[in-house]
Amino acid sequence: MQRRTKALGAAILAAGMIGLTACSGSGGSGGSTSAKGPIKIWYSNNEQEVAWGKATVASWNKLHPDQKVTGQEIPAGKTSEEVIGASITAGNSPCLVYNTAPSAVGQWVKQGGMVDLSKFSDGAKYIEARSGSQADQYKGADGDYYQMPWKSNPVMIFYNKDLFAKAGLNADDPKLSTYSDFLATAKTLVDKGVAPNAILPAPTSEFFQMSFDFYPLYAAESGGEQLVSKSGKATFADQAGYDAADFWRSLYAQKLAGQEAYQGDAFADGKAAMAIVGPWAVSVYKDVNWGAVPVPTKDGTAADKTYTFSDAKNVGMFTACKNQGTAWSYLKYSTSKAQDQKLLETTGQMPMRTDLASTYADYFAANPSYKLFGDQASRTVEVPGGPNTVAEMQAFRDAWSNSVIFGKGDVKSSLDSAAKKIDQLASEK
Amino acid sequence: MSTTVKSPRAGSAPASPPEAGARKRRSLLGRNPLGLLFSAPYLVFVLAVFAYPLVFAVYIAFHDYFFTAPGAVVQRPFVGLANFVDAFTDPDVLRSFGNVGIFLVINVPLTVVLSLVLASGLNRVVHLKAFYRVAYYIPYLTASVAVVAVWLFLFNGSGLVNQVLGPLAPSPSWLINSSWAMPSIALFVTWKQMGFYILLYLAALQNVPNELYEAASTDGAGAVRKFFTVTVPGVRPATVLVLLVSTVTGANLFTEPYLLTNGGGPNGSSTSPVLLMYQKGIEQGHPDEASAIGVVLVVVVLIIALLQNRFAGGRD
Repeated sequence: MQRRTKALGAAILAAGMIGLTACSGSGGSGGSTSAKGPIKIWYSNNEQEVAWGKATVASWNKLHPDQKVTGQEIPAGKTSEEVIGASITAGNSPCLVYNTAPSAVGQWVKQGGMVDLSKFSDGAKYIEARSGSQADQYKGADGDYYQMPWKSNPVMIFYNKDLFAKAGLNADDPKLSTYSDFLATAKTLVDKGVAPNAILPAPTSEFFQMSFDFYPLYAAESGGEQLVSKSGKATFADQAGYDAADFWRSLYAQKLAGQEAYQGDAFADGKAAMAIVGPWAVSVYKDVNWGAVPVPTKDGTAADKTYTFSDAKNVGMFTACKNQGTAWSYLKYSTSKAQDQKLLETTGQMPMRTDLASTYADYFAANPSYKLFGDQASRTVEVPGGPNTVAEMQAFRDAWSNSVIFGKGDVKSSLDSAAKKIDQLASEK
Repeated sequence: MSTTVKSPRAGSAPASPPEAGARKRRSLLGRNPLGLLFSAPYLVFVLAVFAYPLVFAVYIAFHDYFFTAPGAVVQRPFVGLANFVDAFTDPDVLRSFGNVGIFLVINVPLTVVLSLVLASGLNRVVHLKAFYRVAYYIPYLTASVAVVAVWLFLFNGSGLVNQVLGPLAPSPSWLINSSWAMPSIALFVTWKQMGFYILLYLAALQNVPNELYEAASTDGAGAVRKFFTVTVPGVRPATVLVLLVSTVTGANLFTEPYLLTNGGGPNGSSTSPVLLMYQKGIEQGHPDEASAIGVVLVVVVLIIALLQNRFAGGRD
């Protein structure tokens, strides 16, 4: 018995040592930035984006039979970020992913999973020419680009015109620009019983939910501040942050926004009279008679000066890619003026271009409902960069959940303590 | 009359070097080398899926470790207890251990008592025996995701439970109420896993000799007396097993807070250590801190299990 125990112990130790030895090894990686050949890409599983992705791959393959691109939807998982993170560790990432969330990119860079696009001779130049000063928000800690800013979904307030009319509100020019007007409108909607909630962003604990309640309003109130400044300090523990948080706390306290997550889409199902989302949702809300306005600020800001959260999805190139030369060529091809037009027409999402409104003037003239989003796309704020973005957002969400959604304690001290925690996280490399 | 059975070796020469070799092989491979062959796949499985990750997790917990792309050259220095300090100075981590403590205090006794009582009842059922047993076992077999949807429907603000309770329903509702979220989860898990423990008890009840019940009846014992003096001691090994398994399963709580309370809400009152390990290790890219939490969790569960084993009479 004793001998068997010893043998088992030795076997476990041996297995452990083999594993540790295997894990501590190092070696060469990836391909060269000039290598050409077949590549694989992943695109989002959103129906419209799949259509765009397939069409783009097919048109490239016709022109470049020697550099075949194989496209597929991103494998299913809880989130795309987890799937991509796992593929980096496993070393089987595709060359390009057209669905990278900026919140995760810093972490992937730290993992050694991302190709530095600035290393391509025309890398930084191409990105900056296409996206202008907006590209600055997507630089890595070393000032290089590890992601191509691709498309944004500037978050705005969608409202249900029919429910507004039913509540006796002006559906064509709703009073939603100041906090007090918004609260009064919300109260009327609920009091009149047209919907159980005036607005219902997910009140759940996931880190990314802060992007769809606090962050757009903070961006608007602060005139375009990021959650963490360039100097690595949390910005939101200021009057703009307190005001935005107090506004949401009032909505929850007055039961104008529910504390319980709705299983489905509350806006589409008529359970909320308003929603706070980007233009990707337009196709989802095709059965709703909707209008859209910029997010509110304390004193009301003109639409053409209002900032919001970008909800961008970018393109990343991964170090597991052997033929990075082809990947870079395809990346430029798929973000060209012509392909961006197809993206806009197929998905309604905004390519991150400086000249969006003028370049695609015909499109916006033909689709006036998108004009506001096109204009708003030039004033968007991104989540902070760095390897700890997700942890920073989670720290914020925990504080928010406690003080704003569930009304425990004081909003100001809650945000102050979240800011301290985020300062600490932002200082960790 | 006697028969002499000759050993096949009788008359053969004294132990020769090849025989010594065979003995040595025998002692190395055991008396039944074939047994090793059959058990080898499982041994490999245990080493690869349990032992290796366990050892590796301990290694990660003591190093500045993060997952990297193959071939990425990074420094992973030994950091001593730094990951443990980081993890356990975080109030959320401490709270998650408290949360799972609340869960275990509710779930484990409830599991033991209810499954034993229900198993005893089912053991006596004569008609529709299979139906009742299957009815209790089905929730255990059904995927958590599917069952969670039903519970969300029952326990949300406008759900059936609150409609029945009317003004007695808590506000905010069960799963978003910081006092009720964890007890609700404990109740859900107890109900969902009951079938498995009932099965264990039903098997154990078959080994309780009928004579003991008959003797107790002869002595004038009623049903309750027989339950406490015959059934409970008779299934004690099963009780120890149920205690251990439900404790270990409870300490690994993840799916239910993740799905029922949308990631550990409200205010983190249903966050479990394993859910935090997922957040820190997978979402936030700090597997070192996650491993430190995991190592402490394993140690805590081992201590609880040893105490249970000792005080519940597992050694008997």
